[in-house]
Amino acid sequence: MFKKFTRDDISSRSNIKSSVQRSLRTRFVDQFPNIEEHIDEVVPKKSQLTQVKCQDRLSLYTADGELVFLQQHDDDLIPSLRLVHKLPKDTFPWVRVDRGAIKFILGGANIMCPGLTSAGAEMPVSYEKGQLVAIYAEGKEHALAIGRLEMSTDDITKLNKGIGVTVILFLGDGIWNLGPQI
Amino acid sequence: MIYCGVCTLPPEYCEFGGAHKRCKEWLEKNHADMFQKIYPVDGVAAGVSSLSVEKQEEIDRKVQKQVAREEAKAERELAKKLSSKILVKRIERNKRKHIIVVAGLEQIDVEMKKMAKTFASRFATGASVTKSPEGKDEIVIQGDVGEEVEEYLVAYLSKEGLSDIKVELVEDKKRKK
Repeated sequence: MFKKFTRDDISSRSNIKSSVQRSLRTRFVDQFPNIEEHIDEVVPKKSQLTQVKCQDRLSLYTADGELVFLQQHDDDLIPSLRLVHKLPKDTFPWVRVDRGAIKFILGGANIMCPGLTSAGAEMPVSYEKGQLVAIYAEGKEHALAIGRLEMSTDDITKLNKGIGVTVILFLGDGIWNLGPQI
Repeated sequence: MIYCGVCTLPPEYCEFGGAHKRCKEWLEKNHADMFQKIYPVDGVAAGVSSLSVEKQEEIDRKVQKQVAREEAKAERELAKKLSSKILVKRIERNKRKHIIVVAGLEQIDVEMKKMAKTFASRFATGASVTKSPEGKDEIVIQGDVGEEVEEYLVAYLSKEGLSDIKVELVEDKKRKK
């Protein structure tokens, strides 16, 4: 989704109000209940988040220059890949793809169902359509992408055809290439 | 969390980045323990070691090809960097007045806007960042300060250790608009 994102797409940055920050915080915890015990590391109570506004109504939220999560329009908050790397694996819902899919994901492709159902892949919990998931890979320790389920996990197993997960963020996309400090 | 210093990905994904060879060298030098884990001595990498000899050979060939391609690319980039120069253009605005355009600054790692600001306060003139017709950023300085700019840039480059980049002052008759 952000394959071509560059610094030129950033239009403004501003510190956000503490009340807005509080509501974002609760929203993030609502979305990912497992993060509750880590939330103070992610967004410390006394910290100051910065909103970086970009084109197409995309907002990046950063703490000390590090991207924490992003939001398009008023949709779900999407955790950044560097944040996912920092926290334990079970903090976010996840799926695992087989080895063959890695190279396509890192090229920016969406994930096709067979990549999620073959031997090296795993979907540990069943999720509904629209769920945000961290994407791990066979034989690898860290997440390589963040995506949204295009159909429920049951349908993925049943149909086994077409796009299963749309990839939002992946290693080496425009947002990743902004660097650790934005 | 460690990220590769060459391709910025977590080291286990280096093999999918463009510069696997350089990544490996970097990891071996900086994080030897991690290198051991990801690239064990026996077998190319975990997961491919059980392949047949033919397949292994094929993979080796492919890897060699890719490495050659990468090296050629790195060499080209280096040559390009060496031959590149910063152009300081003196453009006539009307008979006795001139403006200075600094082009080619994108090859050194500076923030254009800051640089323009420095010029502006240093030479007490207006300076701004504009896009050239080719879509590249350049700094336009209002005022006939070509030689000073050249001097400043040469000093700046030698301070940054980039003295192999040349600075050239050229006279530009007029710019068609």
